[in-house]
Amino acid sequence: MVEIFDPKSIDYNKDYGTPPVQSDTLITLTIDGRDISVPEGTSVMRASALAGINIPKLCASDNLEAFGSCRICTVQIGGRKGFPASCTTPVEEGMQVTTQNDQLAKLRRNVMELYISDHPLDCLTCSANGDCELQDMAGAVGLRDVRYGFEGESHLNAKKDTSNPYFTYDPSKCITCSRCVRACEEVQGTFALTVEGRGFNSKIVAGQNDSFLSSDCVSCGACVQACPTATLMENTVIEQGQPEHSVVTTCAYCGVGCSFKAEMKGDKLVRMVPYKGGQANQGHSCIKGRFAFGYATHKDRIQHPMIRDSINQPWRKVSWDEALNFAAQRLRSIQKQYGRESIGGITSSRCTNEETYLVQKLVRAAFGNNNTDTCARVCHSPTGYGLKTTLGESAGTQTFESISSTDCMLLIGANPTDAHPVFGSMMRKRMREGATLIVADPRKIDLLKTPHQSEVLHLPLLPGTNVALINAIAHTVMQEQLQDRSFIEARCDQSAFQKWRDFIIKDENSPETMEEITGVPAQDIRKAARLFAKAGNAAIYYGLGVTEHSQGSTMVMGIANLAMATGNIGREGVGVNPLRGQNNVQGSCDMGSFPHELPGYQHISDDKVRASFEQKWQVALDNEPGLRIPNMFDAAIAGTFKAMYIQGEDLAQSDPNTLHVEKALQSLECLIVQDIFLNETAKFAHVLLPGSTFLEKNGTFTNAERRINRVRKVMPALGGKEDWEVTMALSNALGYPMHYNHPSEIMDEIASLTPTFKGVSYEKLEEVGSIQWPCNEQYPDGTPIMHREDFPIGKGNFAITSYLASEERSNRRFPLLLTTGRILSQYNVGAQTRRTHNQAWHDEDVIEIHPSDAEQRGIKSGDWIGITSRAGQTVLRAAITERMQPGVVYTTFHHPFSGANVITTDNSDWATNCPEYKVTAVQVEKVSQPSEWQQNFHAFNQQQMELLKQGHKKRSKKVTLS
Amino acid sequence: MIKVYVPRDTVALAKGADRIALLMQAEAKARHCEINIIRNGSRGLFWLEPMIEVETAKGRIAYGPVTEDDISTLFDEGFLSGKATHKTHCGLTEEIPYLKQQQRLTFARAGVVDPVDIDNYKKHNGFQGLKIALAQPAQAIIDEVKRSGLRGRGGAAFPAGIKWQTVHDCEEQQKYIVCNADEGDSGAFADRLVMEADPFMLIEGMIIAGLAVGAKQGYIYLRSEYPNAHQILNEAIDSAYQNNYLGDNIQQSGKHFDLEVRLGAGAYICGEETALLESLEGKRGVVRAKPPLPAIEGLFGKPTIVNNVLTLAAIPYILSEGGETYANYGQGRSLGTMPFQIAGNVKQGGLVELAFGITLAELIETFSGGTFSGRPMKAIQVGGPLGAYLPKEQWNTPLDYEAFSAIGAVLGHGGIVIFDDTVDMLEQAAFSMEFCQVESCGKCTPCRIGAVRGKEVIQKIQAGQNIEENKALLDDLCETMLHASLCAMGGMTPFPVQSALEQFPQDNPQLQPEKV
Repeated sequence: MVEIFDPKSIDYNKDYGTPPVQSDTLITLTIDGRDISVPEGTSVMRASALAGINIPKLCASDNLEAFGSCRICTVQIGGRKGFPASCTTPVEEGMQVTTQNDQLAKLRRNVMELYISDHPLDCLTCSANGDCELQDMAGAVGLRDVRYGFEGESHLNAKKDTSNPYFTYDPSKCITCSRCVRACEEVQGTFALTVEGRGFNSKIVAGQNDSFLSSDCVSCGACVQACPTATLMENTVIEQGQPEHSVVTTCAYCGVGCSFKAEMKGDKLVRMVPYKGGQANQGHSCIKGRFAFGYATHKDRIQHPMIRDSINQPWRKVSWDEALNFAAQRLRSIQKQYGRESIGGITSSRCTNEETYLVQKLVRAAFGNNNTDTCARVCHSPTGYGLKTTLGESAGTQTFESISSTDCMLLIGANPTDAHPVFGSMMRKRMREGATLIVADPRKIDLLKTPHQSEVLHLPLLPGTNVALINAIAHTVMQEQLQDRSFIEARCDQSAFQKWRDFIIKDENSPETMEEITGVPAQDIRKAARLFAKAGNAAIYYGLGVTEHSQGSTMVMGIANLAMATGNIGREGVGVNPLRGQNNVQGSCDMGSFPHELPGYQHISDDKVRASFEQKWQVALDNEPGLRIPNMFDAAIAGTFKAMYIQGEDLAQSDPNTLHVEKALQSLECLIVQDIFLNETAKFAHVLLPGSTFLEKNGTFTNAERRINRVRKVMPALGGKEDWEVTMALSNALGYPMHYNHPSEIMDEIASLTPTFKGVSYEKLEEVGSIQWPCNEQYPDGTPIMHREDFPIGKGNFAITSYLASEERSNRRFPLLLTTGRILSQYNVGAQTRRTHNQAWHDEDVIEIHPSDAEQRGIKSGDWIGITSRAGQTVLRAAITERMQPGVVYTTFHHPFSGANVITTDNSDWATNCPEYKVTAVQVEKVSQPSEWQQNFHAFNQQQMELLKQGHKKRSKKVTLS
Repeated sequence: MIKVYVPRDTVALAKGADRIALLMQAEAKARHCEINIIRNGSRGLFWLEPMIEVETAKGRIAYGPVTEDDISTLFDEGFLSGKATHKTHCGLTEEIPYLKQQQRLTFARAGVVDPVDIDNYKKHNGFQGLKIALAQPAQAIIDEVKRSGLRGRGGAAFPAGIKWQTVHDCEEQQKYIVCNADEGDSGAFADRLVMEADPFMLIEGMIIAGLAVGAKQGYIYLRSEYPNAHQILNEAIDSAYQNNYLGDNIQQSGKHFDLEVRLGAGAYICGEETALLESLEGKRGVVRAKPPLPAIEGLFGKPTIVNNVLTLAAIPYILSEGGETYANYGQGRSLGTMPFQIAGNVKQGGLVELAFGITLAELIETFSGGTFSGRPMKAIQVGGPLGAYLPKEQWNTPLDYEAFSAIGAVLGHGGIVIFDDTVDMLEQAAFSMEFCQVESCGKCTPCRIGAVRGKEVIQKIQAGQNIEENKALLDDLCETMLHASLCAMGGMTPFPVQSALEQFPQDNPQLQPEKV
């Protein structure tokens, strides 16, 4: 009987040796007497593995192209001479393959004997003991003796490289299979590793025989994962030994949402290994998800609830009950004194969907108002608004996988190799395959320097001129008649299109007119338009460089307009794709975190919608949208807003105009912060509730492709409660009952109230791995690609996107434009990554400046530089780089002491109040000491750390007795 | 003006040809003789280099080997009129038996012409093959090559016409012609002689290959150890561009072909075609697994002809004289001529182009002049460092691919290295392993580690340690390298090793008392 290979039967814990091949043609062959049919192009090795016949192998791995170097996987094929390698031999119709006989056994044993003649015999004390493919294969081929002896030439004395804090390179154990080098090239796309020398002297080296740390290595871990021996090994495994069980879960860093196997010893996490079955990351990872998990057990973790009456007092360690009652009592008394609307809550884009849902439910049902908002306010709120207006749904349209059919990528205001590294690697792979890349960014980002890239075009626009640029591109499309007429006719609202066409074709939008505004030569804009419109499959990817502007929402709509005008919506390889910053930004937005929207983007003023929630929640809901974060700050300073419950969010560091934020926080009478650390915001708090990390709870995250991934608990919550349990307890303390035994029950409630989540359940997630919403009767298996047939609003809606210059402009006093971004090794405000070895790569924020701007001011690399804006001043070290364009400076905001947001202003998006982080007019000059704010920050920080220490010392007597 | 030929070939240069040319010019001036020195290529009679020729009414008269000290006596003794008294006088070049007994098809112009004089090339039948090719459809060119029976001269002897057909049949727009000029075999110099003596022939062959398969770009991958060939090739390519044999619209045909030389970086393995392609792409020279064949996915993943210099150099003759004419030379499946390169411990080292079929013994007898040392010959290694060592009993084998294969040997690239009776074959066996150790790319295990262990095991045998066990181990290792290596480097290293041990029992320690 012929076994037909079934793609669904893939076991992601098994290595099939070579990658899967897509083909409609099936080839039938016979392996060891068994007939099997596999897609044309499949290797003999993979076909065998699919048939359950496991051919020995060392250099092959199913995430790497076949290489054919180890010669362990040789087979015999009827009618052919010799012993072909099964990994590099494609199947052929009627092929008769023998994988085991005496001749093959001898050949494999003799090759293995050669390997072991240059390998230490320290298996029992080796860090890979129990997880070593060399050991397994030596066993499989039955090697019993090394007749060559061990006195010959060898690499046994080769020196270790321990420069990387996460893994050790021990060349004495290397079998030169090149899996690490190939992983660095094919999977990660960095090309940091190579083989130096030839023959017996071949040695894997980083860079030009640099140390791993000083080389181009980005520490993604792909090489460590690929290594079949102990040559590249996680230090945690070297120190602790092999893990004994593993749990598949989802990374809590960026919006890519990588699946990992958390490999455990009891409840101790030994290592995180990217999971091949993860549909977002497909077995790849970055330095953060792979290695930077040490924060979870860092000594700074808040482990006990604490309270205090004022922020000048020491913290008091108390019981959960006391803390929650203290909080509830304060909230209620404030409401009594200042009114129902005087309190609010902030949901977290780092917490799970279920937790976010509960916080907004707490606000709406228990606080009795709609004063709920989330950190998406300061990142992707314009995406929600802009995409909903034009395409009818507040979400990206594609899967990440879709990029494998993209011919032209237009990347705007995003830096994937730093901020979304795993997706950055997918982009690089596609660039190596020939796709064109257009980057609209003030800086020369690393993606523009991709090894073996195809055509790239950089449009180095001035910060704040996105809309001018996108309009000029769209203008070119229409003027040169490059639009997709049939798509526009069939899929878009004609009257809106006509209005837009009349608008965009105006000369004021032409590349020639916009050249002066954007700083991008007209011919380059035209070239970009042609590349994009004529590509076939063109996709737009964008990040916070689009949204965090006064015209953020306008730009999002401009992007959607361009995609519709060129017919690049509704199939593989195209689409509009926001790259979400945090792990669950998509989810926190989906879950009704915004003051005007209930879960599933259902408007609070919609009576029918509200009624369904009121019935389920058994409470009357306010039909008026509540306060947004900046409104809360203003109201706090004005004295009408008095208390906040903030879950897993650090407004004091991440929100713009720090001085203003600090003043608002100081004005609160009750600030309840639930976090894993004493973050900057918590220093202004009265109640501190221990948060739980993603390792300590169950739930779901939704990534940038709308993919709902399971988060699974691998260790108990350090503070005793998972975040959803804390919100539940606070609600109960406030007198609004919440009772859930498990987050799956919360998801069931979400599904019952949210049309786009109707088909989502933990049961289904267990079955299929992950689901991309909408998932309901219409799309029972979820929706990988959106808008295939039509838009949720019926026809696509072209929006008018007039360019208006930001008020934040350079002038004589502030002649430079500051823009902000991220770096690979650090994440967001750095609360997690600063408490890991990632500090080895980036332990302070610097200001990047072009050599000519630096020279004019007598600035040298490493000088202390004062950066002054209308809002404030801070001091950072200078890094001089031609990555910048003259007139633009850049910094990151990963370190609180940097005070990057002291200088950002309170300008914001006209539609959503998303702050204009990306444009601040500044002047820079050499200085000799930190800014006044930094000095104050330092003093305040010292004081608060001391108050925390006092709290840790003694437990309040009152509490112990109660 | 009397024409005097002083070769600019590497061997002649190594023996002072440049200085001889200078001094000769000065001497002529001093003596008020008008001479025109032409820097030709070598005829391949290296034992006579520098071989000076003088054009006379009877034909070109050769003198060699000439040293600086000979110059004034040459003039004294009337060499300009071809007088025969000088000790270096060899008579009419064409009548020198070493040359006269050859069948020069590919090397007909070698040493006759100035290698970079395109008009001279044309006068000597140059570009006749191209002219015919330009007038034919691509398939007709390939059919002509198939008719010639030409097989790859790099060593693998794959039928050239079939390779060309494969590339021709690929539908890709971008295709490449790559000339393998990484001539690294010990005792091999025929490629160099083509490039230094008759580079236009190679250029013409590559253009024809381009026409045949639809490739518009060619590369010559040249070993960096051939700076003189590099210089001459570049001069010839410049001239071909200037005369519209390269570039756009070749000879108003509407056809296009570009050609450039790329230098290797000193790795023997880059003569292996897939490692060559990697290197040409700017990567480390490591062997690629096949499939895919380079003909289908070669340079930069595009269909590519990779042919040896000699293969491409044979093409102009095949086109101009017809495949059948070429196939009339040789025997069986080894058709045409082969330039055998006689080297090693030999009196008359040089290039001998002959039809396949002559026995090794005949070749040596006729041309070698015996060993340089004057001692008896003991072993001959044919086909480069991966070829078997042949004992006297095997010298009567005809030089023919199949006949050599039948005795476990290879013709390879036609290099023939002669050893006298002082050679220690066990030492040679160890050297073969060591060569593999030094030159292995390091990709596959049997070659990377096997070569090192092989050398060590032979050293143990030499030292008399556990001879029986170590010989069995060496046999096992050779079998492993033969069957499991990725390419011919590791796969053929057992040929010289095992032949050295098995065919020369007198050097085999098995027969000697074990040392204590």
